[in-house]
Amino acid sequence: MSARDMRDAYCEALVELAEEDERIVLLEADLMGANGTTAFKEKFPKRFFNAGVAEANMVSMAAGLAVCGKIPFAASFACFAARRAYDQFFISVNYARAKVNLTGTDPGISAVFNGGTHMSFEDIGLMRGIPGLVIYEPADDISLKALVKEAAYHPGPTYLRLHRKGASSLYAQGEEFRLGKAKVLRDGADIAILATGYLLVPEALKAAELLAGEGIDAAVIDLHTIKPLDEELVLHYAKKTGAVMVCENHQVATGVGSAVAMFLSENLPTRMQCIGIRDEFGQVGDLAFLKQRFGLNADRIFHKARELLGRKGE
Amino acid sequence: MEAERLKRLEAAARQVRYDIVEAIGNIGIGHFGGALSIVEVLTVLYFSQMNASPANAKDPGRDKLVLSKGHAGPALYAVLAQKGYFPRETLFTLNQGGTSLPSHCDRNLTPGIDMTTGSLGQGLSVAIGMALADRMDGRKNRIFAIIGDGESDEGQVWEAAMAASQYGLSNLIAFTDYNKMNIDGLTSEIMNLDDLGAKWRAFNWNVLRTDGHDLEAIDRAIDAARLESDRPTMIILDTIKGKGCSIAEGKLSSHNMAISKEQKEKALGELSAAMGELS
Repeated sequence: MSARDMRDAYCEALVELAEEDERIVLLEADLMGANGTTAFKEKFPKRFFNAGVAEANMVSMAAGLAVCGKIPFAASFACFAARRAYDQFFISVNYARAKVNLTGTDPGISAVFNGGTHMSFEDIGLMRGIPGLVIYEPADDISLKALVKEAAYHPGPTYLRLHRKGASSLYAQGEEFRLGKAKVLRDGADIAILATGYLLVPEALKAAELLAGEGIDAAVIDLHTIKPLDEELVLHYAKKTGAVMVCENHQVATGVGSAVAMFLSENLPTRMQCIGIRDEFGQVGDLAFLKQRFGLNADRIFHKARELLGRKGE
Repeated sequence: MEAERLKRLEAAARQVRYDIVEAIGNIGIGHFGGALSIVEVLTVLYFSQMNASPANAKDPGRDKLVLSKGHAGPALYAVLAQKGYFPRETLFTLNQGGTSLPSHCDRNLTPGIDMTTGSLGQGLSVAIGMALADRMDGRKNRIFAIIGDGESDEGQVWEAAMAASQYGLSNLIAFTDYNKMNIDGLTSEIMNLDDLGAKWRAFNWNVLRTDGHDLEAIDRAIDAARLESDRPTMIILDTIKGKGCSIAEGKLSSHNMAISKEQKEKALGELSAAMGELS
């Protein structure tokens, strides 16, 4: 089976969940078409609620649905889901322990032509500050579908960072995924490249190929769950390689890189390099331009890895 | 309303007011004014209108309340104690470390609290979600929500206003505690709500308005709201901040006010005298 568009895989997961469990409901804030969930609405019109362009109201409504026994998924672009409705998600959902699954789509540079206003380089940071919240960002359609289904039954709230446009599968059908358990895509002994999301995991794999060409044995790990961090695996590879890179479509400060750095600095101080946004706002452009502009590509990962290894053991 | 029933409600309301003063007075500071202004509506809800008691606290079909102005928690706690959700003595642990009764309502800490609130503007939206869920499941219950007039400055309240009528939530009955006071000054001076009824009517709500300290009138208004079949209802309650305590009544300073031991004794004395006269 060929890869599906990420948002189609997302909607498929929701429809399959809803077919088996009538508690599953979906909320959108006038981005149903963009987020690819029209098929859910067509199939379950009474379990779909469009809140209009009112994300704060949508997230609090989802909390109300949850405390009365429903399992809501609510979505908007990541910039709105995280920034605009943060207090609602913090208080009505997380503090109140209402089991809501929030989805932020078009994270980071994947907002492309919507530009800087729509580019969330800080949503992981905001969400990391919410006690107990599960944050995940799958890298392909197979893991996305599996993890959405698992998130539905995770006992607490979840935040899905969803790259919605694009179709490529990294995994085979039937591969199993667990929230909080990262996937080793390629083992390696010289350096561990931890990457998150649809854009960076494939770039990390490409970089590992380039490094192999120079005789450097790089491990690549798909860190699909950002919180809780798979500490066991991170520690294992830090010990094994002594050099860790983290790649993310987000600010390095407050993002995945800083989560890994904090963990390792307390447990096994390790040489690190972080690929991500460095204290900048986003800007408009196509994906190729933005990847180059912000250095979110294999070439940069490759160069930074060499740099890191050059310093290794100093 | 028959005289006997009204008498019972009056007695319950007096006890609630007394307990609020004693609980907040004990710790010496609290959201006094906005708790005292909703004593009557809470009394009518829990002692006349709502199908809610410790016995059905886990029943999804019970009536539910979102006290969106969550800082008035102490008023609701006094009602819940009287309903038997927890012992009256618990009221005197208000805001002390480890208590089950925090300033702002918390569904995970306090028996009988249906929703956590405290960040103003969110409760009405949550009540919409609850009303949608219960309607979807064919329950015949009602969802009640109480918002403040100062809270109505929040834009989210008006997002909720639009959504509730869009979804035709006749199982949602909301109240505005219109005590005409924000924290920093009169509502008319801080952010004028002007013709509040016209605003809710413009959002296609069924709108009623009544004296928020008249138990019988509030009860009648809720009866009337139950007859509405297509739209949510907003009952605007004309109230007085700090109602029933001379140290706070009608005073801007009553929002989050320090209460000395002497003030507490004075207020309790006044309330005891009133209870004596009426019993």
